[in-house]
Amino acid sequence: MKYHASVDITLRQGILDVQGKTVEHALHSMEFGSISNVRIGKFVELNIEAPTQDSAYEAVKAACEKLIANPIMEDFHITVKEVA
Amino acid sequence: MSSKVQFGVVQFPGSNCDNDALYATSHAVDAESRFLWHKETAIPADIDCVILPGGFSYGDYLRSGAIARFSPIMKEVIAFANRGGYVVGICNGFQVLTEAGLLPGALARNINQLFNCKTVYLKTVNNQTAFSSSYELGSILGVPIAHGEGNYFADANTIKELEGNNQVVFRYSETNGLLTDSSNPNGSINNIAGIINKSGNVFGMMPHPERVCDPLLGSTDGVGVFQSLVHALQSVHA
Repeated sequence: MKYHASVDITLRQGILDVQGKTVEHALHSMEFGSISNVRIGKFVELNIEAPTQDSAYEAVKAACEKLIANPIMEDFHITVKEVA
Repeated sequence: MSSKVQFGVVQFPGSNCDNDALYATSHAVDAESRFLWHKETAIPADIDCVILPGGFSYGDYLRSGAIARFSPIMKEVIAFANRGGYVVGICNGFQVLTEAGLLPGALARNINQLFNCKTVYLKTVNNQTAFSSSYELGSILGVPIAHGEGNYFADANTIKELEGNNQVVFRYSETNGLLTDSSNPNGSINNIAGIINKSGNVFGMMPHPERVCDPLLGSTDGVGVFQSLVHALQSVHA
């Protein structure tokens, strides 16, 4: 089966996201004072062949832990969907 | 076989301080040095110390050092380090060593969001290492930095362990030796600029000692790193 995975990578909570803070300050200097908690991360999408959706998820998770993200400083969130 | 200490400088696609590292380890000190191509699958038997130089390996894609860490030669560098071989990572090389797990922690984006390119001052806080024995304890060195991701980060336990084991070698400091926020160019925890692994054979630092190894360039403050290594390795090599 073919699956499509999206991975959102953000800095771990507790690590100052300087890009997010800078963008937040810029937004506040415009008319967007109500915006808070701006966080900037990375978005990776990929296709994967796997027997089941669970095994596709596990393979992408392993790839994230090994290469796609650095678990020392980043969190990641994976969404897997079957490709029609 | 030459009786001189042998350095090997790894060249990744995008390395740009490889020639400086080669010069520092072959002209500035009494040793010989050669390049090691990233696709090589063996480290020559007579190599005493591997240097991972500065630059932007693989364009810094994904994260600095993340792709280089999986290049063929890194498998050998990891094995070499695990056998007790001496490995030095400078700037991007330090990032590669953390990505490879040979040194703890990670190098995050500089806290001021800038690519910082200037001379900073380092305080030698441990001179009982193979990489710093030529310096007096507490001595202050002026060494250039050139990086966008040099903000040393590790969790609180790792930092405690690093400091407890005396694994911090250099810290960013004022010229008078005070460790201040204003002397810290990137937001590194506790002004950490350079560390060793627990067994003392792997060393990484963000500043560039190889760029201050010739009086013609205005300073030789960095030569002590390579001098220390030659001193430590002379007996091993012979």
